Amino acid sequence: MDVHRSAHDSLTSESTPPPLLALEQIAKRFGTVDALVGASLHARPGTVHALLGENGAGKTTLMRIAFGELKPDAGVVRIDGSVSRLASPADALAHGIGMVHQHFTAVPAMTVAENVALASGTRGRFRPAGARARVLELCEQVGFTLDPGALAGDLSVGMQQRLEIVKALARGARVLILDEPTALLAPAEAEELLAMLSRFAARGNAAVIITHKLREALSAADDVTVLRRGRTTLAVRAADSDAVQLTAAMLGESGVAGRGARDVGGGVTNEGNGEKARDGARGEGVRREGGQVVIDARDLVLVDGRGVQRVRGVTLAVRAGEILGVAGVEGAGQHELLRALAGRMKPSEGALHVPERIGFVPADRQRDALVAGFTLAENVALSGAGAARGRMRWKEIERRTSELLEGHDIVASGVRAAAESLSGGNQQKLVLARELDGAPHALVAENPTRGLDIAATAALHHRLVEAREAGMAIVLYSSDLDELIAMSDRLVVMFDGHLTEVALDRDAAGRAMLGAS
Amino acid sequence: MSARRASWLREPATVAAIAALALAALWLALRLAGLDATRAMLALWDGSFGSSYALVSSTLVRATPLILTGLAVAIAFRAGVWNIGAEGQLLAGAATAAALGLFASPALGPFTVVAALAVGALAGAFWAWIAAYLRNRFGVLEVISTIMLNFVALYAVGYLVRGPLQEPTHIYPQSEPLPAVAELPKLIAGSRLHWGFALAVLAAPVAWWVLRNTAAGFRVRAVGRNPDAARVAGLVNVERTTMRVFLVSGALAGLAGAIELTGVTFALYENVSPGYGYTAIAVALLAGLDPLGVLATGLLFGALEAGSLAMQREAAVPSVVVNVVEALLVLLILGVARWRGGSAILSRLAGVGSGSTEAAR
Repeated sequence: MDVHRSAHDSLTSESTPPPLLALEQIAKRFGTVDALVGASLHARPGTVHALLGENGAGKTTLMRIAFGELKPDAGVVRIDGSVSRLASPADALAHGIGMVHQHFTAVPAMTVAENVALASGTRGRFRPAGARARVLELCEQVGFTLDPGALAGDLSVGMQQRLEIVKALARGARVLILDEPTALLAPAEAEELLAMLSRFAARGNAAVIITHKLREALSAADDVTVLRRGRTTLAVRAADSDAVQLTAAMLGESGVAGRGARDVGGGVTNEGNGEKARDGARGEGVRREGGQVVIDARDLVLVDGRGVQRVRGVTLAVRAGEILGVAGVEGAGQHELLRALAGRMKPSEGALHVPERIGFVPADRQRDALVAGFTLAENVALSGAGAARGRMRWKEIERRTSELLEGHDIVASGVRAAAESLSGGNQQKLVLARELDGAPHALVAENPTRGLDIAATAALHHRLVEAREAGMAIVLYSSDLDELIAMSDRLVVMFDGHLTEVALDRDAAGRAMLGAS
Repeated sequence: MSARRASWLREPATVAAIAALALAALWLALRLAGLDATRAMLALWDGSFGSSYALVSSTLVRATPLILTGLAVAIAFRAGVWNIGAEGQLLAGAATAAALGLFASPALGPFTVVAALAVGALAGAFWAWIAAYLRNRFGVLEVISTIMLNFVALYAVGYLVRGPLQEPTHIYPQSEPLPAVAELPKLIAGSRLHWGFALAVLAAPVAWWVLRNTAAGFRVRAVGRNPDAARVAGLVNVERTTMRVFLVSGALAGLAGAIELTGVTFALYENVSPGYGYTAIAVALLAGLDPLGVLATGLLFGALEAGSLAMQREAAVPSVVVNVVEALLVLLILGVARWRGGSAILSRLAGVGSGSTEAAR
């Protein structure tokens, strides 16, 4: 029926039917951060739409607004031409908008058919045969196979994703939003998924895929919208665009100039390394290239907890006295690579040599670095707990902890305060202080300045440079490319599980991060 | 060193109020059932603390296995190991101690009782190891496996006392009494109180000190509270830590069984434990998983069980009503803790809970 109606509409209302989903000048602020300042997107019926942008550009926020998970501070959401105020995802689904998140939401112990029935709000009696037939019918509509009797928990990642799509279709979705749908898929699976989305769109529906991948946007999508720092910077037909134009829209025309005002290298500059902290840092790196190899990885292959191969053959050496910057978009494999380089993850293939004493600042500090209910002293003692023997010397540990609190400017009521009583920034400083304590041979840090204010960021940068001068080998990942370029002696980029070394240059790094050559 | 020690120990008034509330509820329930409630309550007191005989020969004797199994459960829970199998581990210890006492006493002579306690602890550790192995190797939830192993142990004892260990006349489903060399000496002459009580009282502060002041104890606490941080930040081998905790926990419960056999029952039979290993869970929870607290709650529950027998004898009130009081105590403590918010007990249990799901994943 829907197909007929939209076909009819398109005939009567001239050549351009109203977009199925239109987001106009959306603004959204989280605390003091402007996530979106004027983002627009028009998903036309019959098209696959790619939403491109760097980390933090606001892609997911915009789509969560379209799905009713977030309310916009300003701007208008139009569905099928009429203004809608979506109060919840249920509301969005009732309006025909479905979303497939990066994390799946099926009940593992239930079958595919049961999951679909659950999602589509079956009332009264549950009829297994009817539920199975419904799944098969929906699968046929979009042209893929999915066993209705299989347990959701037994499905592969690709099949789980199909289940999520079928769940959305069962609710009558005409607009399907997918957050990084191909990130977890093998190339062949990704092809199949994109073909399926085209078939879905061809029935008068619209699909919106959030992606980092330029090639995917250009080949699989009809329309492309690019977001940059919360603003729509480009909206074009894919056929009329190319990688150069998209890259420029994502990174800004003038590269670094756009962010020049941000004092990323401030801490370094303060220390009298000269006006050009970046050049200074780089110069040191070149001079120190003869340093001893501290971390050595050869043909590293890493597989994550879900069995997805995240790093596919990386060879890398980190030397004493250098800061190696690692860049990469979310899910490119840098997360696993850093864990392995820090000795926290065993490679499934390849050779890896890491020093015995190595500090690690993980991305999720709440989960991986701190025990919330422990005291600060206990959290300091945590590092090295695995190898500790005999008695815990609490007096000594408490003394060391209070030195760290003082030396790193950590605001706490005392060494016996619970870690959870500290503010986020102070928790983070505590982790850094602990991991740098005792002059380890190497430090691996994942987004160490996230959540820190300007002064604390500057202090941290200063500490990293100091540690490097003292001969520490440092691996630094940051989602802020400018910070990486300012801090690093060398820069490598992860893309799709592979590693390339690039020049300390924003454009070169940006292109490598997006897989464009 | 823990940020907040079990808060209820610092608030004896709260605990006393809760205990009074539970007893008042018991009185009311007995009253409503048309029984002589006041007389029953007095019997409860007489049978537990009312006389030095009741205290020493009844309450303290009953508290002994409760303290040891309570420690077994508390230590396991502190590491995020949900060992519900103290009962089975206790039975394994009791059966092994009985076998050793019966067959090896001629060879071991005066060392028989020490050997019986040692093999009892080993047997308990082995019984726990089965669940630990299943968890680490196949991801089997220990909550399930330890409960199942309780039944296996119970029926194994049932088989033993009708088979290899049955008394020579083959009439009663129980073993022959142990020879005198296999009996635990009395702590106080003329009473029923044996040296096992001293062991239990000693074990609690030792466990407390180890958890607080040793690297191994610190690892246990860290793994229980946040296994991810223990693994990533502390490079702690989480599987090895939980395995060792399982073994220690099982050994304590096994020791409780061996002590019960060599100090109290002197013979093996099916109902050698009236469910000490299950009551131990309440003992440990009520103590906020604090080993020193277990000493106090073990004593309290020992008194309740001792008093309940007197209540049945003197006021014809079934002794099982005490189980209702025990359950009420736990529910009230947890309820009050939640109501007051931010309780150490709840947060510890919550932390341990999330940790355990993480580990099981």
